[in-house]
Amino acid sequence: MGEFKVHRVRFFEYLPSAIRALAFNKDSERMAVARTDGAVEIFNFSDNYFQEKVIPGKDSRAAETLCWLHHRLFAAGLNGEITEYDLENLKPRSSVETFGGPVWTIGCNRQGTMLAAGCENGTVKIFEVQEEKIQLQRSLERQKGRILSLSWHPSGAQLAAGTMDMIRIFDVQTGCATHRLLVDRGVGTCRNREVVVWSVLFLSDRTVISGDSAGKVQIWDGATGTLIRTHLVTKWDVLALAVSQDESSVIAGTSEGTVVQFQFLPSTMGQQEKEWVRTRTFKNHSHDVRALIHTDTAVVSGGMDTQLVVRPLLDKVEKNTQESSMRKILFPHKPLVDCAHRAGLLLFQFTDHLELWRLGESEGQGKPGESLPVKKKPEKLIHLKKKGDDHICSSALSSCGGWLVFSTICSVRLYRVQLSNNTVSLTKVSKLPRILCWAHQLCFSADSSRLFAAGARSSVHVFSLSQSECKHIHTLRPKSGSRQPLHLLCVSQDGHWLAAANTDCEVTVYDLKTMKLHCTVPVYSSCPTAMAFHPVYNNLLMTHADQQLSEFSVQQRSYTEWSRALHRRGLHPLWLKRDTPVTHITFNPTNPAHILLHDTYMFCIIDQTLPLPDEKSVLFNQMMLRSLPESERMRHSHAFKICKNFQNILCFDLLEDQSLVVVERPLLDIMSQLPAPVRQKKFAT
Amino acid sequence: MAALYEGYTLFGLVQSQISSHLGIRGIEQERDDDHVVVTDSTRSVTLYKVSDQKPLGSWTVKQGQTLTCPAVYNFQSKEYVAISDKRVIRIWKEGDVLLDKTFKATVSSDIWRVQSAPEQEPVVLFERGAVRMLDLLLSDPQQSIEEVLDQDELIRWNTVILAESRQFVIFTTEQKGKHFLYLQRLNPNTLQRYQLEREESGLAPLSCCASYREQNICLLYLYPNGHLYQSVVSTRGWGTEDGRQVLPLPRRLLLSLSVGEGPLEAASALELDEAHVAVVGVPHPSAGTGKDFLCIWNTNFQTLQAAKEMGGKIYGQLWCFFNKLFIPHGKTLSVIPFVCPKSSLASALGKLKQAKSEESKSPASVPSWNSILHGEKVQPSRPQETKKTLGYFSVTPFPSLQTASAEDVQREVEGVLTRSDAQNLQQSVSLFVSALVSRSLEESSFYTPSTLARLVHTQCMSHSVCPELLLLALERKDYFLCQLCLQFFPDIPEAVTCACLKAFVSMPDTDAEKVSLEPDSVSFMETLISGKHVGNYVQNGFSPSPLDVEHTDALSGDGVAIQTKTKEEETAPSEPTCPVGLHKAVLLNEVLQTAYSDTFLLPHLKDLSSEQVILFLQYLQFLYLKFSQDAPTQMHGLRSPSLAQIVDWVCLLLDAHFTVLVMTQEAKGLMLNPLAFVRLVSELGKIEGSLQEINKMKVKKEIGQYSIEVIELF
Repeated sequence: MGEFKVHRVRFFEYLPSAIRALAFNKDSERMAVARTDGAVEIFNFSDNYFQEKVIPGKDSRAAETLCWLHHRLFAAGLNGEITEYDLENLKPRSSVETFGGPVWTIGCNRQGTMLAAGCENGTVKIFEVQEEKIQLQRSLERQKGRILSLSWHPSGAQLAAGTMDMIRIFDVQTGCATHRLLVDRGVGTCRNREVVVWSVLFLSDRTVISGDSAGKVQIWDGATGTLIRTHLVTKWDVLALAVSQDESSVIAGTSEGTVVQFQFLPSTMGQQEKEWVRTRTFKNHSHDVRALIHTDTAVVSGGMDTQLVVRPLLDKVEKNTQESSMRKILFPHKPLVDCAHRAGLLLFQFTDHLELWRLGESEGQGKPGESLPVKKKPEKLIHLKKKGDDHICSSALSSCGGWLVFSTICSVRLYRVQLSNNTVSLTKVSKLPRILCWAHQLCFSADSSRLFAAGARSSVHVFSLSQSECKHIHTLRPKSGSRQPLHLLCVSQDGHWLAAANTDCEVTVYDLKTMKLHCTVPVYSSCPTAMAFHPVYNNLLMTHADQQLSEFSVQQRSYTEWSRALHRRGLHPLWLKRDTPVTHITFNPTNPAHILLHDTYMFCIIDQTLPLPDEKSVLFNQMMLRSLPESERMRHSHAFKICKNFQNILCFDLLEDQSLVVVERPLLDIMSQLPAPVRQKKFAT
Repeated sequence: MAALYEGYTLFGLVQSQISSHLGIRGIEQERDDDHVVVTDSTRSVTLYKVSDQKPLGSWTVKQGQTLTCPAVYNFQSKEYVAISDKRVIRIWKEGDVLLDKTFKATVSSDIWRVQSAPEQEPVVLFERGAVRMLDLLLSDPQQSIEEVLDQDELIRWNTVILAESRQFVIFTTEQKGKHFLYLQRLNPNTLQRYQLEREESGLAPLSCCASYREQNICLLYLYPNGHLYQSVVSTRGWGTEDGRQVLPLPRRLLLSLSVGEGPLEAASALELDEAHVAVVGVPHPSAGTGKDFLCIWNTNFQTLQAAKEMGGKIYGQLWCFFNKLFIPHGKTLSVIPFVCPKSSLASALGKLKQAKSEESKSPASVPSWNSILHGEKVQPSRPQETKKTLGYFSVTPFPSLQTASAEDVQREVEGVLTRSDAQNLQQSVSLFVSALVSRSLEESSFYTPSTLARLVHTQCMSHSVCPELLLLALERKDYFLCQLCLQFFPDIPEAVTCACLKAFVSMPDTDAEKVSLEPDSVSFMETLISGKHVGNYVQNGFSPSPLDVEHTDALSGDGVAIQTKTKEEETAPSEPTCPVGLHKAVLLNEVLQTAYSDTFLLPHLKDLSSEQVILFLQYLQFLYLKFSQDAPTQMHGLRSPSLAQIVDWVCLLLDAHFTVLVMTQEAKGLMLNPLAFVRLVSELGKIEGSLQEINKMKVKKEIGQYSIEVIELF
């Protein structure tokens, strides 16, 4: 295949935010993840943990707690409001003021009729859930300290709330506290500090389980209000608790980054009487575990170290399957970097600003494996801050580098970028069509004459760009009338076709010449994660969350021969075992048979002319090929050229001069930016 | 975790009982788990329903008569049986009101006790040791009763155990400060007598209890010094002869309870299950010296599982029926329910014995530590006793080991070895060896090398069983036996190992060659010396070439190395020669393979003279060279020292004799030319190279914020 010059970029200082809360919807298997910057992400656990949706955050609003109510998602935070999210338009739908100060916790009863919120002023507010909104029904008896945690009894008649130094059990009907469970403070110097009940669980047998800042997990009899058992789990805080569906297992997350499992087991063989026994300890985090979910088969945890960890319980899953492997979700599943191929520019999207960089230049030639001397260093051209509180949700850079656009949930800004020698000028296009008020996907045509923006109900707005003007030409709408947002947009090189994919797994191809819907790709069960048009044949290449690849011929409205061959043969098991989705696809214009794609841990160039690997062949064969003599190589090579030299890849693209760009974000760099973890005594230090 | 529940009072003790030392005479099980028959210390028998805490009936003998043993319930005839004034058997039913009007029978000898087990005829034990079934006795009450015990032998305790639907009467006796255990099997009647091991200062057991499990009777006895012992007696496999032969009863210290101030006076231990023991009258380990505690101990983990303070005087009495403990204390008799669940931890740690058939054997074959440690006192100095015990193992009593000729001994040993089962083999072998060794020590002309070798070959022996054996073999220059001992004994002290080493090193080669040794080890050494087997084995892709002298120089690089260069060349021929003879080498190999700990070995190694050390070092060096040149030597499957063992010995020797070796002229070559170490160092040098490579690779990994690299895809 040959030599490539690679721009290895590590100056994208992307820092994911810490995970603050998790909520799991068992019916749809969607995990909602709230981060400290206010963003809420929705992962589809039934579709390979794919991150389907991201609701951008806002400076003043950070969700402290999340709660699913059927298919509605509620969040509340320290701004004192309970917010319901619009999962179709990826923005808040409505907010209700609690009038109780910051809200620390919310929870709905199992019946889905009531939502309780624990407030700073010591009240638990009960909201009635209505069709379109929630309405304050009553406040329960006010307590002295803030309510930091609450849990409904499955019957819905009682509610346990953790406050400072105690747990109260309320009768929801009367609003009175029926029990007061005093929680011991820590020993030693911590004795003077009040203990915070960070998390509480109320099980159906009226057992109350609490986790507190003194490092204890305590098991109480909620009927009598007596303490049954204390497990000292850590020297620091127990921040989160979660219980399995069948209430036989409870997990506790601590400040040390450990997750401790307790199981309801008979203490002696063959006895009926069960007690809560500490069983396993998982250590998958370096920092606080702030949020936990116990699914039927796995422990899902997240915290200060920004990683979402899915740790399967090996007694619940089949061993040595893909299901039994641990997953760490580090990076968003949508690209944050856009590359202008022709201009050699990179656009980095942060939550509150954009950065435009020009890549450096090298001189001379080098042998494979060597670094070339850098003649010209990369240069940061523009640092563009957002206006207002809302975070940036999407951005795009035209391939010529002349246009730059970004969107928050309430405004879109389009800029003309002019680069001449050493001067950079950025001109805002002042009058945008009114319809372009927000977009969760943006994309330019290859010749930079058009801008496409994904709007509500899977619609695509098409705008034409001239020197300083942006005009709305048309709005393309899918036939299906899906309400789901589009998460992928791509346009063919010749500007003839536009493909749009939404989270219902629908991919629609529009003819831009006639501005009509051309066809829809047969719906595949797994969500597309990236797509691109072939530069010559205009075949649409798609990757899916389950790691499948398919190529769809737009002209023939059917899968191509290559795609069929690939499906007949099946992808290599190792390819299917990868646990991060392909997030970007591009083609090599000079050799259109080469497909370039990447996930977090590798990039791959697929040569469509070469034979496909079968199950027995070595998938990662680059090392082997290197050791073979030239003549032998052809015989052993297959279509998938996988390179693992680069890790934690956020972007992989090909510039016009045939050099590659790889943007890496090493985990160590992220770790060094995180606050220090709790101090743990190790050895004799 | 065992637990004691809240107890309740069954009844109050009357004043006379409180003042008496005895408490109550006994509690016996009645028809089911909720009824007990209580006999007080004087005249009355009361039937209680335990859960209701109320008496259902009470019977009293006339004023002037006393009940001399606890009344029992005959499960078969649903009658009560009691003994008054030692000779009168009284039998009545629950409906009878007055005891005087019921059945009475007078027997001709004093009765110690009558005992009853469910579904079995009650058994009467006479004070002189005779045992009768009650129905047989009543058929002729005046029948003559034989005397089993000696005149001055008194029964102290007894019980009846039901094992495989067979009754065993167990009783302990005391005679002149010695304690015996009798095991009487009924139908057919056999009696076996055991002697309990002496506890310090002639203490008598305070309490005993017996239980049956896995074909063994398990005895538990508590001494006033707080020691709780367990002895296991097999209910099977004893000979038909019921002589007066006394077998020693091996014991195992289960618990050593702290007794506080002074010995225990009234205390009792009761086995609850195989892991739990209830103890009363012993101080709580963390509650001062008060002895009024009821404790449950786990004997597997030596942990106190539950404890309860019992108010008032403790009588040292304790009964247990159906998970309820009955304990008289102060003025009441309390019933305390308890549980002893099998802990998961115990099963997890493998402490919980599974009911395997092999398991039941093991207790019997474990030699008692007491007999091992004080063995020399017991066995050689008291030949009669040895003889007596020996008779137990041999079916035809052997006249005496002290006088028989070597051939007779040989025959006898062969006989025993073929006859005795594995269970007794260990004991009989050790007894034989002890007897033979003590005789050989006494009679200088007597020595039976083949017999001893045969016995050692059984692999049932260890050094501690007969410490004199190896030294005797050395003294008699029986090197074959030495070799066997070194091979089979796991516990040879370092001093003895060193003595062997000394003897082997200093023995003349001509002597050594006469000895016949184990053929395997000899053939191994033969191949090693001749070097015939050398195959072109390549280790780690590297075939060791003869020493690279230049490399050595480069490494040492100081004057010494240059001086010795010529010497190295002289003493480093391509094929090293063995400095000792073949058989000597074989014996030395055995020493190399024994287990040792270097702290204990070092002081003894210093006893070697410098010539011995040098010779031994030379031999070790030879071995090392052979081993490192012909790596796969150990693939023979023969017993041979490992390279690590050789190097360890070299280091030990150098440690022990460094100063002497530095001063010795002959040693200089050896010291300065440690080919072994040269090779080691050169191997280390190679590793160093790869380590440096790894370092370099790491450095290369440093990547800045931006770089332009060239990669090649194939």
